[in-house]
Amino acid sequence: MTTTARDAGGRGVGGRGVDSPGRAAIGARTLRSDRWWLPPLATTVGLLIFIGYATVRTFQQKYFFADERYLTPFYSPCVSLGCASEPGAAHFGMFLPDHPLIPYAALSLPFLLLFRLTCYYYRKAYYRSFALAPAACAVPEPHATYTGETRFPLVLQNVHRYFFYVAVVISIINTYDAIVAFRHPTDGLVVGVGNLVLLVNVVLLWCYTASCHSCRHVMGGRLTHFSKHPVRYRLWTWVSALNTRHATFAWTTLGTLILTDLYVALVASGTITDLRLVG
Amino acid sequence: MSYTGTFRIWRGDADGGALADFRVEVNEGEVVLDVLHRLQATQAPDLAVRWNCKAGKCGSCSAEINGKPRLLCMTRMSVFERDDVVTVTPMRTFPVIRDLVTDVSFNYAKAREIPSFTPPADLAPGEYRMAQVDVNRSQEFRKCIECYLCQDTCHVVRDHEENKESFAGPRFLMRIAELEMHPLDVADRVPAAQEEHGLGRCNITKCCTDVCPEGIKITDNALIPMKERVADRRYDPLVWLGRTISRRRG
Repeated sequence: MTTTARDAGGRGVGGRGVDSPGRAAIGARTLRSDRWWLPPLATTVGLLIFIGYATVRTFQQKYFFADERYLTPFYSPCVSLGCASEPGAAHFGMFLPDHPLIPYAALSLPFLLLFRLTCYYYRKAYYRSFALAPAACAVPEPHATYTGETRFPLVLQNVHRYFFYVAVVISIINTYDAIVAFRHPTDGLVVGVGNLVLLVNVVLLWCYTASCHSCRHVMGGRLTHFSKHPVRYRLWTWVSALNTRHATFAWTTLGTLILTDLYVALVASGTITDLRLVG
Repeated sequence: MSYTGTFRIWRGDADGGALADFRVEVNEGEVVLDVLHRLQATQAPDLAVRWNCKAGKCGSCSAEINGKPRLLCMTRMSVFERDDVVTVTPMRTFPVIRDLVTDVSFNYAKAREIPSFTPPADLAPGEYRMAQVDVNRSQEFRKCIECYLCQDTCHVVRDHEENKESFAGPRFLMRIAELEMHPLDVADRVPAAQEEHGLGRCNITKCCTDVCPEGIKITDNALIPMKERVADRRYDPLVWLGRTISRRRG
């Protein structure tokens, strides 16, 4: 037997956290030997890629409407006066000023951002990856004090449900976009690869929105007696089943949003041609 | 097939300690606790380790293995390579007593702060009747074996000793959720969850769920639903209005 790094005195270097008085004086802040830093790093990279792409595309203000029927979700609903550059893109009127700093979908994007920002899954993701609170389980966080979600601004995470309600409305609009995209102004009913792309995207957006923890609560989670509310119990069980995959849908929809927008942008810019399957 | 494994075990007490290296025989099918028992029998008879059932049901042998909170009796040696050094330390959130044994009385104090099951006043024992569908959620939480690994890994108290007074920890917030969702419990537990037991400090990073040896979905099924119930009361004027008008309890 050999003995190493004895710390007589019973307290660690910093005297806080795992080095607090009375706790085992181990010395190392963490003894995890696996690659615990990989998930938070991957999360950071993934989120930064999406933020970067979405920012560029949101303010690019062109290549958002293709083949006179495909509207990218980043520009839906298109309510800026600038939408006039693409006749047929604006289904709900044009009333916001056309300004480089005002997104064409300024009515929906801030709420979608807040819906994801206050989402219980994304909170876990960015608390771990950006705030390092904690970066991984049993890995000490760097902060001297911690109050969690008890104070401003993090206490505002509690209004997540309101952003969920708005996200439902926006999902309905996205669904409308995907359906009307089957109708070409001159060719009538057509089905192209773009339709399938929009359709898959909107189905996954519904999966993400419906699997939300607030949705689960609203549907029936707040009840104490499921037996008195069989319909809401049934809804709760469905949402609960989806809810177990909420993180998967959160990441999948980031990917499909990028792919959908990219497809529309490439078709709109003439880089690729939309393959028509019907019509 | 047997081999000789390398182990680093923390030896010491509240006055200090250190990691000690041992070479111990490991046999096929063994768990870490088996190796520690062999260590006690052959090299370190005074090694302190708390254990009881060896079946993952008593919650006694909680410790940290290679830095991760785990049960000694449920961690198979087969998850390690033969040349891995297996480091075993006591739980790092609680005061150490000796070697791998910690003082977990913090948890008992927190348990006592939660009012017990409160049935309706007009129901006598033996008259309780519940639909299974109504108690399913609470029953998941009853699987808890009180190993306190979730309490150990929760950064709210692990990294901030000062929060121990105001934060009950995931195990006991789950206990509150269990009673709050119970069809026959009439106590109003939502305000206390936030104000007295520190639910707002939980930032749902799910380490409690990750380490639970019973696989209880603590965060998704207990903590987040409780946060939503708190939001009903404190942050949602529509729900408040609805409750005020109907004055019904779901």
